[in-house]
Parts: sequence; structure tokens; C-alpha cells
Amino acid sequence: MTDPRANDPATISAEGAPDEPGGTPVGTGRSSDETTGDANIADAAGIADAADAQNGGYLLEAIDIVKRFGDFTANDGVSLKLRPGRIHALLGENGAGKSTLVKIIYGALQPTAGSLRWQGGRVSVANPAAARRLGIGMVFQHFSLFEALSAVENIALAMPGPFDLAALGERVTRVSAQYGLPLEPGALVADLSVGERQRIEIVRCLLQEPRLLIMDEPTAVLTPQEADQLFVTLRRLAGEGCAVLYISHRLEEVKQLCHEATILRLGRVVANVDPETETAASLARLMVGADVHEVSTEAHASDGPVMLSVSGLSLPSAGPFGVALRSVSLDVRAGEIVAIAGVAGNGQSELFEALSGERLAPARDAISIAGAPCGTAGVTARRRLGAAFVPEERLGHSAVPGFVLSDNVLLTRHASDRAMVGGGFVSQLETRAVAKRVGGRFDVRTSRENPEASALSGGNLQKFVVGRELDRDPRIVVVNQPTWGVDAGAAALVRQALVDMARAGAAVLAISQDLDEIFEIADRVAVISRGELSEAYPARDIDRERVGLLMAGAHETGESAGRAPPPEARA
Amino acid sequence: MRLALERRPEQSRTMTVVSPLIAIAITVLVGAIVFSARGLDPLHALYVYFVEPVMTLWSLEELAVKTAPLVLIGVGLAVCFRANLWNIGAEGQFTAGALAGAAIPIMFPEWQSPAALPLMLVAGVLGGIAWAAVPAFLRNRFGVNEILTSLMLVYVAQYLLDWLVRGPWRDPDGYNFPESANFEGWHALPTFGDGRVHLGAVFAVVAVVVLFVFMSRTLKGFEIRVSGEAPRAGGFGGFSRPRTVWFCFALSGGLAGLAGLCEVTGPVGQLQPIISPGYGFTAIIVAFLGRLNPIVVLLAGIVLGISYLGGEAAQIELGVSDKIAQAFQGLLLFLILACDTLIRYRIRIGRRETAVATDA
Amino acid sequence: MTGLEAVIMTIIAAATPLLLAAIGELVTERSGVLNLGVEGMMIMGAVGGFAAAYVSGSAMLGIAAAVGAGVAMSLLFAFLTQTLVSNQVATGLALTLFGLGLSGLIGEAFTGLPGAKLQSVHVPGLSDLPLIGPVLFGQDVIVYASVALTALAGWVLARTRLGLVIRATGGNHHSAHALGYNVIAVRYGCIAFGGATAGLAGGYLSLVYTPQWIENMTAGRGWIALALVVFSTWAPRRVAVGAYLFGTVWIMGLYVQGIGINIPPQLLASLPYLITIAALVVLSGDRLLTRVNPPACLGQPFVPDR
Repeated sequence: MTDPRANDPATISAEGAPDEPGGTPVGTGRSSDETTGDANIADAAGIADAADAQNGGYLLEAIDIVKRFGDFTANDGVSLKLRPGRIHALLGENGAGKSTLVKIIYGALQPTAGSLRWQGGRVSVANPAAARRLGIGMVFQHFSLFEALSAVENIALAMPGPFDLAALGERVTRVSAQYGLPLEPGALVADLSVGERQRIEIVRCLLQEPRLLIMDEPTAVLTPQEADQLFVTLRRLAGEGCAVLYISHRLEEVKQLCHEATILRLGRVVANVDPETETAASLARLMVGADVHEVSTEAHASDGPVMLSVSGLSLPSAGPFGVALRSVSLDVRAGEIVAIAGVAGNGQSELFEALSGERLAPARDAISIAGAPCGTAGVTARRRLGAAFVPEERLGHSAVPGFVLSDNVLLTRHASDRAMVGGGFVSQLETRAVAKRVGGRFDVRTSRENPEASALSGGNLQKFVVGRELDRDPRIVVVNQPTWGVDAGAAALVRQALVDMARAGAAVLAISQDLDEIFEIADRVAVISRGELSEAYPARDIDRERVGLLMAGAHETGESAGRAPPPEARA
Repeated sequence: MRLALERRPEQSRTMTVVSPLIAIAITVLVGAIVFSARGLDPLHALYVYFVEPVMTLWSLEELAVKTAPLVLIGVGLAVCFRANLWNIGAEGQFTAGALAGAAIPIMFPEWQSPAALPLMLVAGVLGGIAWAAVPAFLRNRFGVNEILTSLMLVYVAQYLLDWLVRGPWRDPDGYNFPESANFEGWHALPTFGDGRVHLGAVFAVVAVVVLFVFMSRTLKGFEIRVSGEAPRAGGFGGFSRPRTVWFCFALSGGLAGLAGLCEVTGPVGQLQPIISPGYGFTAIIVAFLGRLNPIVVLLAGIVLGISYLGGEAAQIELGVSDKIAQAFQGLLLFLILACDTLIRYRIRIGRRETAVATDA
Repeated sequence: MTGLEAVIMTIIAAATPLLLAAIGELVTERSGVLNLGVEGMMIMGAVGGFAAAYVSGSAMLGIAAAVGAGVAMSLLFAFLTQTLVSNQVATGLALTLFGLGLSGLIGEAFTGLPGAKLQSVHVPGLSDLPLIGPVLFGQDVIVYASVALTALAGWVLARTRLGLVIRATGGNHHSAHALGYNVIAVRYGCIAFGGATAGLAGGYLSLVYTPQWIENMTAGRGWIALALVVFSTWAPRRVAVGAYLFGTVWIMGLYVQGIGINIPPQLLASLPYLITIAALVVLSGDRLLTRVNPPACLGQPFVPDR
């Protein structure tokens, strides 16, 4: 290797990773690693080594970072090097340790061991404010915004120096226009769309003229068109010499955008590659460490009876920051999976709660389950009609965190399972038996028999709550974000289970933000945007671009297409 | 040095048992320090305060008299708090129950019949329910915080009692003292032993057993626990939160009302401007010390009952104000809450953390 | 002093402890902490203030002691709820029960004794003006402090970085933490401020209003202050309005009786509590007022992950 400090054991090169003690073999990805590793070095030598021979031109180096949470090691000797003007991807599955690493760089977490170097000098980043002083900016995945504050107030919170909202507002307007990120400083965050909220975060970083910008899964919440616009901004920033650390698990966009990529698995670096020369499949293999289980399905048109029917359902928004549903209509037939795509916060939760009966519809026939009008019937009545529901939030909605799994079985099945409750008394024998059966059928891994729900990992808990419903053999399944935040193995299992349910004759409605997932399992696709639902198109007749346009509101009726906040929203 | 909390993956079962014991131990320790600061022999003082009250039959009976209302109210509050509903107005419901039940002998003093006492008991329960129904209704209908409304109604109930015993319900033969006539015959609660322990103690034990089975074995009990632990999951399970609010307030209000009626027809024997040494508030401590578990509430009621008796004993034998009982009770609740942290968290002490500075 | 002057003076006197306790609690709640122990901090302020003033003979020392007692109580609450992450509702109740008990114990020795009354300010010339003289220029320092602290809290919350940080902490503690603000420290500070004003409010009762020590002399004012914060929708200006409205109600009873109308005094005494309930009901019907201000994290525990 030509790395000037190749004898430093902390340095992990492309070849170094697989040889690491205990490291997982990279399998088929290995050969391409080596070639791209070489290409990388040659490329880098051309630009940066000449500029700064002392530290190889690196802006930031993270060396041998270890982070433990109790017994769990989130980062296990991770090293990462970033150069100015380059967009560097950090790839990995959920739980691979990306967020932990990034939080350490940003000072939000302190490493258990290892060090950071900034422009060759060793630094300790005590907290995010210190990171910002160095010139590190970060855009969070779950935005660190304050809904009850205005855009400019949100930005002021991250800005050092004198406190002058008026002057800052002018700067915000100027900089946001300059980078193609229009922003109204006085707007209340609660009234803004997700894309606009992200702009606040980005502008907040830009105002500090960062040398390094960290983006944590920025496109997860954007329409494809909004994402393209973001890429333009990022390329421009890189062109101005800013380093970008881009965290994602969307392989296509990494290939399209990034100059370099570091891949993490189980808290270790498994490879440093040039994404352009990789294929999405080879990157995926590096991330997962094995060939990903492909969900076996074949989109087909179902001519089964309509099992779930929604017609003209309108609901006012429940809270001050909620979304109103507007004349939603949809049919789901036995034997098919209908997916509802959409950017987060466009009425998915509201639609789910209206379907489950947690919020009642104004009219009885707005919703029919298995032919029976039940718009005004509660969740228990709908379950008795053969419907099953899986909400998005696992802890606190799908399941009670502090309750054991058998009690969580009782939560949704007390009315539909005759054997569970007799004369008002609960049969613990029965709830435990069902919990055990669900655990076995859906591969729910627990450290002991019948633990509390909060003790399960995200993936295992999702398998449990999905399994708890599917175990009833429901005729209708409504699931919101079926694999949100779970590992690839659990995601594949859940998707396969949904597909199998549909093939066995159930009607399945899956609400999801993940377009990959939607195209993997759906027979028909509808899109929700600001509380309006599009027609459901056969999956083979619709492509991502068209879905993207719909996500941006192409189907909305005229009066709602304007982006102005609702007038009654401002007190 | 700093204190860092580390969340346990699951609640610690050991600590659930140990933490209240630690709290009691520290309270006793603080007691010893306070006594010695006043120049008393701490061991003797603690003996007088905590041990003597359970050494004689007479004082054991007195303990049952004090414990009965604490447990009756506390066990209802335990259910309420389990549902994450903060009925802190039990003192008012206690008073309202006493008034509603006492209305019968005061308005119909001549009516001596075996039917009178059951009717009074029912009226007492209903009075407590009525008083508790106000915060429940306001919460369900208007979303008004039940903490403030239930507490405000305590003052209203006490002024109502004050007005009645000084005005319309004053004993005409009572030399103008602010008291009602004495309740006698079928208007008084049957007693046992030397004549102080009354039927209320039996009610308390029955309530404990019934509510224990109810909370741990029935679907309705499950519903209440879900509703408190994760209301959204409760709604998803098909349970109605407003129904839970009604149920819990009716239950805790009814039991507090029953306790109030038992108090005025038992140990007190009439209506007076003050009929409770703060049972309704102390019962909050009973509920927490009792882990919101009915069986343990019984034990906690005994501990707090001792603290009342000990306060009286300390005043007589040691010349220490009986106000010390209330201070100990408050301290105990503090310590219970502090020690409960151990159930959900491990505490790490000493590791220095660098990241504390902000640029705020 | 004319009758009208006297009425206004007594209303101010009744409103001042409510305003002080409420403005502190408002700041505490704005940072996302619900401290139900106002009554307990207040009563400790009352007994601490009275005791210190009686022993030292100095009313100003009494005031300092009242503030100190309130702060000490609030720090106890802060340690439990912020450091040990205990339930805020239960801990607040504990603070009140503990305060009522401990104050009774401490105060027993002082019951019925005459205290050192805090004297009113006298500005030669101005204080002698009719009506506005005593009302504007003849009050004691605590009254002026209550108004000044309310204005200060309003200004800090709306116009300064500190206020923005407090609001941000109450609105979303995870984000505030992610931005590098020390959520726990901000909350400790706000809780201590709430303790200081509640202690001062208690000191006002035992050094000016009554002025002597009576057990349970706060008589639920701490709880009414809590209701005032809700009633004001967390806006300092409306807290001031609310406090003076309630002060008026509190005083009304005395005057109605004085006029000779035959209403049971107990009914008049319960009026403030009944009106508090009514005010909460009326307010909760107005969704516009309750939309943005309630701190989203109010009462929620926060544990930073490290």
C-alpha cells in the first residue's frame, strides 16, 4: 500500500479489513475490493497527497474507534478517513454501527477507545458544539428540529456568536437562495413539509461554513425528485472543497453520488471501495455478508372478492400537527398485496388509525371489512371480522414495552381468541402457549422464555408483533411500515410472511416509505400525499419516477396543491 | 465524580423488592440522626417510635384503626396510579363519603333499623364516587388535568363539612360546639375487641384480596395496567381510555368514601370540622410504598399506620412534636421514588465524563 | 387611605404570592419539567423566612432564607427527577407532602409568635399621592420583585438565547441534546428558579401578608399557581393577568362579608378553588390557545445516552 503510515496498525486499508482477527470473510466481494482499493489510492494520490504530505491530505481521520454500550460493542476498531472535496459514503445495515461512528465524530458520543485527527492533529470532540467549532456540520436522520419554534429560531440554536434573530433571518434567506434551498425564516417548523424541514437542517449547517458535512440517511424521507435536488446541492458543496460524509443504505444513490465508500458490518469496517466500479449487488453482499434472501413473489392481478374497502373517507386532523385525510378510497382484494407509498408524515398514521378503528370514521359505510360496513366500529369489532393490524411504532403502540410477550399476545387477541379469556379471567396458560407458538413460527429470538417486549431487538420484536397477528390467520392484514428500522434478515422474513399470507388468500395492505420494499412485494401501488390517496396502479405498470411524482403530490386536487400552510394553523 | 444511569434491559425483580426496604431503612436512619440531634438516645427513640406501637394488644388494635382507612384508600389509589391517573383528591372523597353517609343519621335520627347501616355504607361509597366523578368527567369531556381538579375539590369538601357542622348539622344539644350528634345504635359501625377496631378493617382486607385478584387475573385489570403503561397500545388493544378513567376514579373515590364513612361512624363517632389526620394524602404514600400492588399496599398501610402511632407515642414519651410523623412520611415517599430508580437503571458512579460543557 | 386604595392594596397582596409561584413554575414547565411541589416549596419558604426573620430580627434576612429554603427544596426535586429520573408527578407530590410535614415540625416553635414584618417602601412625595401613591410607590420590595421577575421571565423567554434554549429543551429534549445543549443542566437551573420564586412567595405570606407563622398557611396557593400556568397557556403576561384575577376573587370574599351580605363564609372561602376548576374547563375548550405553547416534553423523563 502507498499509504504513508501503512505500518500504523490503526490504519485499515481495503485489504486490511478481511484479515482482521475475528473479521467476517467478505466472500465474493473480496476480489473487487482489491482492485477498487488500488484505483482509490491512485486517484487519491493524484489530488491530496501532493497537497499535504504529512497526513495524506486527510481532513478527518477516525482511528481505531471502539464504542461499547454495556456489553454491546457498537464500533469495534473502526477507522475512517475523509478528504476535502470528496463525498464519502458510509454504508451498512441498520445496527452496523454507522450512527454510532458518526455521533462520535460529531461529539454526541464519546468513544470507549480510539482517536480522532483533524487535519493531521489529534483532537477530542467533547460535544457537538466543539465539533461545530472545528467546522463539522451534521444533518440528522431524525431531524433535531423543534416543532414549536420558527425556522430561524431553530437555526439560531446552533449558531455561536451574538443573538440577533433579524440579522440571522436575512442571512438564512440569502444562503438558502444561493444553494437552491428556499426557506422562509419565520415559518413555524410544525407547518413545514419533511423536505422543507431538511432544508432548515442543511442551511443551519451551511451557515457555519462547514469543512465537513455529515448527512445521515438524508433521502429516506424525500421524494426521488427532492433527492435529485439535494444531490445537486451536495455536489456543489464538494466542488467548493467541503468534505461530505454520506450515510445511506440506498446503494443506487451511493453509486450515483459518492466518490468513495466505507462499508461497515457488525461494528467493523469490512471494505473501502470505489462505489462507481461496484454493482449494487456487490455492495449489498459486502453490507450483509452473504447473499440477501430474495423474497419470492410474482406480481399478479387478483380477482378475489374485495375484503377491505374504503370509500370517500375524510377525517379532520386529530392534533395541531397532524394531517387530515381527504376523500380516501381504496379496495383491497383477497389474494393481493396493495402497497401505499409516500413520504413520512403525509397521513399514513392517520389512515392506519382510521383503518384499525383507533379513530372512528364519520360514516359507517366509509370502511367495509369483509363486506361488513364498520367505519364507526372500534378496533375489537374489526378484529372479530377477521382483520389484523400492525402499527408502525413497535414500542408503545404495537406492544407494551414493560409487559412480557404473553401479555402482549393478550393485548390484541383477547377478543378474537375464545380460549384466552373466560368469565373475565385471563388464561395465562393459553397466552403463554400462543406467545411460544408465535416465537417458534416467526423465529423470534429471546434471551429467555417470555421476556418483556422492551428487551427484544427491533427486528425480533417486529417479527413478534407481525407474527402475533398472522398467527390468527386473518382475512385482512393492514401493516404500517412493515420493516421500518429492522435488520435485513428480519425484514426478509416479514416480507415473505406477508407475501405468503396474500398467496394463501388474505388481503394485505402495506403502508411503506421504502420503495425497494414496495416494488418487492406489492401487486398494486397507491401513493399518499398530504392526506390524499392516489389510484392504486398495478405494480408492473408503474415505475419509480411516476411514484416519485405522485409522492410529490401530482394526484392531489387543485385546492390542496399549493404549499401554503393552512390558514387556521397560525394563531 | 458523577452519577450515570444505565438502563436495564428489563426491570429488576430483585430491586422491586429491595428498593422499598432501602427507603424504609434510610428513613429510620434519618430518624435516628434527627432524634440524636435533639439530644435523645436514638435507639430508645426509635424503639418508642417504631417498635412500641406493635408491642401491646391495645396498640395493635389502635394500629388496625389507623391502618384500615389508609389501606382502603391506598388500594384504590394503587389501581388509579397503575392506570397513570393521578387522583390526589382522596382526602376530599373521604370527606364527601363521610358527609353522604352521615346525612342519614343526622336527618333521620329517630330511624333506628338494621337497614340503616347498610344504607349509610352505600351512601358513603356513592358520596365518594360522586366527588371523584367530577375530575373524571372533566378529564374525559374537556381534557382537564385531573391532578388539579381532584386536589381543588379537597378544599371544597372540607369547607362543605365545616359549614355543615357549624350550621345546619350542628348538634342542637351540643352546647354550640361545631359537632354533629353522636352516631349510635344502628348508625354506628360494629366493633371488635376492646371496641376500637371496626368493620372498616374487614372492608380493607376484603378490598385488598379482591383487587389483587382483579388486577392480576382479569381482563379488566389487564386493561387498566395497559392503559397506564402505554395508553396508545391500550387503544390499539381495543380498550377505551375514558372508560378506564371512569372506572378508576369511581373505584378509588368509592373506597375513599367508604373509608370516610367508616371513620365517622367508627372511631370518631360523629361529624367534626376535622375528621382525618390527612389519611387521603398519606394513602398516596401507602400506594407507592406498596408498589401499587394490593397485597403489598396492606403491608405499606401497616408501616404508615405505625408512623402515626409512633408520632403520638413520641410526643407523649419523648416530648417530640407529632408533626414529625408527617415529615417522616414525606421523606419516606421521597426515598421510595429515589430508590425505585434502581428497578429500571443501574447506577454507575465515579467514571469521569468529559462532555459536559455547552456553549449555551 | 381611602376604601378603594385599601381594596386595591389587598388585591395586590393576595395576587403577589400567586404571581411569584406561578412565574417560577412557568419557567420550570417551559423547560419541560412539571414540578407539582410548588405548595411544598412555598410552605418551606414561609416557615424558613419566618424563622430566620424572627431569630435575626431582620425581615430582609427572612426573605433570603425563604428563597434559600425554596431553592433547597427544588434542588431535592431536581436531583430526584433529573439525576435519578424519578416520576415527576409523584416526586412533586412527595415534595408537597414532605414540605407540609417538615414545615409543621419546624414551625411548631414559632406558632403564634409575632414576626418581623417587611416594611413597605416609602418614596417621599410620590408615595403620598392619592390612590396611585400607595399603589404604585408604596408597596414592599417583594411586590416589585414579583412584577420585575415576571417581566424579566417574559423578556428572557421571548428575546434571548437563554430563553430560546429553555423553550427548545422543553419542546424536544432529544434535539436539544443532539445540538449539544446540556438538557439536565438547563432543567436544574429552571427548577431552581421555580424554587426561588415559590420560596419567595411563601416568605411573602409569613413576612408580609399574615404576617406570622400558621401551619398549612399556604392553603392551596401553590396548587392554584399551577393551575394559573395552565390557564395562562405558558405565557408570562397572561400569568400576571390570571394572578391578579385570582387575587381579586380571593379578596372578594372578605368584602362581600363586610358589606353584610349573608353568604356562608365557607362558600366564599371555596370560591378560589371552584373558580380554578371553572377556569381550567373554559380554557381547555379553546384549542387555539393551547396549540403551540404547551411544552411537548412536559413531564417526560430524559436520560442522555452516552
